Amino acid sequence: MSTNTYELSAAEKKFVGWHVFFAVAALSVGALFGPLQALEHSGLDLYPYLKPVFKSYYQGLTLHGVLNALVWTTFFITGFLTLAVSKGLERPMKYPKLNAVGFWTMVVGLVTAAIPLLLDEASVLYTFYPPMKANWAFYLGLTLVVVGSWIEGYGMYYTFAAWRKENPGVRSPLAALGSVITMVMWQIATLGVAVEILTMLLPWSLGLIEGTDPQLARTYFWFTGHPLVYFWLLPAYLSWYSFLPKQVGGKLFSDSLARFAFWLFLLLSVPLGFHHQYVDPGVPAGWKFLHAILTYSVFLPSMMTAFTVVATLEKAGRARGGKGLFGWLRTLPWNNPSVTAQLLGGILFFFGGIGGLANASYNVNLVLHNTAWVPGHFHLTVASAVTMSFMGITYWLVPYVTGKKLISDKAAHWANWLWFTGMVIFSNAMHVVGLLGAPRRTPLGLAPYIPEEWSGHLLRVGIGGTIMFFGIYTYIILLARTAWSKKAEAADVEIPLAQAEQDPQNTPEWLDKWVPWLVGTVVLLIVAYGPQLIDQISNISLNAPGGRVW
Amino acid sequence: MTSKSSMHIDPYERNWIIISIVLLVSFAVAISVAGFAFGIQVPSPEQRVDPRTVADSGPWADPGLRELSPGKYEAYILAQTWSFLPREMTVPIGAEVTFYITSKDVQHGFKLQETNLNVQVVPGQVSKLTVTFDRPGDYDYICTEYCGSGHAAMFGTLHVEP
Repeated sequence: MSTNTYELSAAEKKFVGWHVFFAVAALSVGALFGPLQALEHSGLDLYPYLKPVFKSYYQGLTLHGVLNALVWTTFFITGFLTLAVSKGLERPMKYPKLNAVGFWTMVVGLVTAAIPLLLDEASVLYTFYPPMKANWAFYLGLTLVVVGSWIEGYGMYYTFAAWRKENPGVRSPLAALGSVITMVMWQIATLGVAVEILTMLLPWSLGLIEGTDPQLARTYFWFTGHPLVYFWLLPAYLSWYSFLPKQVGGKLFSDSLARFAFWLFLLLSVPLGFHHQYVDPGVPAGWKFLHAILTYSVFLPSMMTAFTVVATLEKAGRARGGKGLFGWLRTLPWNNPSVTAQLLGGILFFFGGIGGLANASYNVNLVLHNTAWVPGHFHLTVASAVTMSFMGITYWLVPYVTGKKLISDKAAHWANWLWFTGMVIFSNAMHVVGLLGAPRRTPLGLAPYIPEEWSGHLLRVGIGGTIMFFGIYTYIILLARTAWSKKAEAADVEIPLAQAEQDPQNTPEWLDKWVPWLVGTVVLLIVAYGPQLIDQISNISLNAPGGRVW
Repeated sequence: MTSKSSMHIDPYERNWIIISIVLLVSFAVAISVAGFAFGIQVPSPEQRVDPRTVADSGPWADPGLRELSPGKYEAYILAQTWSFLPREMTVPIGAEVTFYITSKDVQHGFKLQETNLNVQVVPGQVSKLTVTFDRPGDYDYICTEYCGSGHAAMFGTLHVEP
């Protein structure tokens, strides 16, 4: 195995840097609302004081969801995967202008959607269920963000294809393969929301059609909505497989199983959206049950990932002198904030995974659906495993693309541990109060049905949320000061690209062939979604005019 | 299988994968038994309605309880911004109540606290589930889907009398 010493060009570094800039800028606004919501639950409602600017809890919650879950993630992911493809393949993007067009389309989309969001003309939350009607610019903006991400994906596909042509018979490098699989999965998954917006929401918000079919819209939305979770998660997994092993001084435990996991995610991420619709009136129970089983099956590649990552870490920890059952954990390089962030995110994800199994469990979902348990759960996934991994990645990526050393490792450690501690308190309280019956998406301080026994848990929601806020703002300020500092030391950072224990060339060929996996993906989609889509589309009735209700 | 190009699977990893599969299969069995032997079920399509006219005529024009036979009830519930109709209902202990819930405007949620009744309420659709009440008390039904400014205050109460 030859060592990969490829360096991104200055222009490519800048391009990746712009992604991170917009991602963190979105996070810096989205994160402002987290403590407001959490404190509202504890009985301290600060929204009335913000009235001149932000009109309601729901406007804040919409901004929180859209900017954090959709914008911070999508911008960061497209930037990080661009880097992973380029570094993995040791070549620049084939058509850098195509990638640039994709990126600036995303930026235009972000601005287009931000205007109605900030003007309280689109306070429909990040699921934007019709017939609650937002200003058309919101739907158009979201569409442009998605289309821009597709175009960036095409840029990566062309680059990947060019590399394959230049390197016949060579196994695709894992970092690039995982990135491209993620983008292909995203391309397939987002067809749902694209059809929802283009055939229904956009013409309706423009006044071209009278109403919507809210049930069909939910089916379209969740076609995209659950694989969205894997679009967030796979780049974190990619970091754990392809970068983290190097950072802990080890090697990836199993190259072929890592590839196998990515292919399984391509196959299984999309055909399971009905598990978000278990309690929908318009979807037959039998189809929901099928999707429940498929949801269990997508748990398998995550379990495989858990093994490979922990085995990699354990071997590295033991090589560093760790002894005993758990001694290897102590000897991992916890002094490296990039490693710490990802380890802490991984620990929280263990609990997020267990909670996810409960959500996926068909009838068990009856006690959880739309309760505070659900945001409790996804703060352990997208806001922990994913966000903490992204934080960890930026601790080396920002120095790499700016050429400046992180101005304070200590601040990065504070950010990690505050976020982790706050999250433990917050998410536990949300799970508990959700099981007791508290609804999600609700300013509970205004709800007349809150029993006294919830108040202790709701207080913990506020405390945890506030600690998290200090953590994330420590992170944001650290990155901003590093990027703009004139005094920061020049950094000589390498991309920590890991090697596997085995020569990837020994990986079986079927783990490097696209056609069978793509065909399998399409066939499974047709089986799992085809009949219901045909049924719901042929019975469409656009009879819900809805409107603005905030 | 040649040694040159083969899948590397560590014995521990093989066992881990087997344990994972066994675990997932047992969960699938558990939810199937609960669903199909104990009848803890999720809603299925009941009927389509026109949300623009559903409150004008038919059962949701006069929402509330109907007693079908002793101890057996139907409850027609209309969700709207930002209240449930009716706001209150009373049934005797042991009552078996089948709920038919729809919305005349935007989406809502209907969660009857401390029971397994928790459904999405979608305009144009009817959410149907059945609950038997074995314990007396006051059960709040709350809106669990964001439905606009007054969402937090949207709830009603079902009294189960001893």
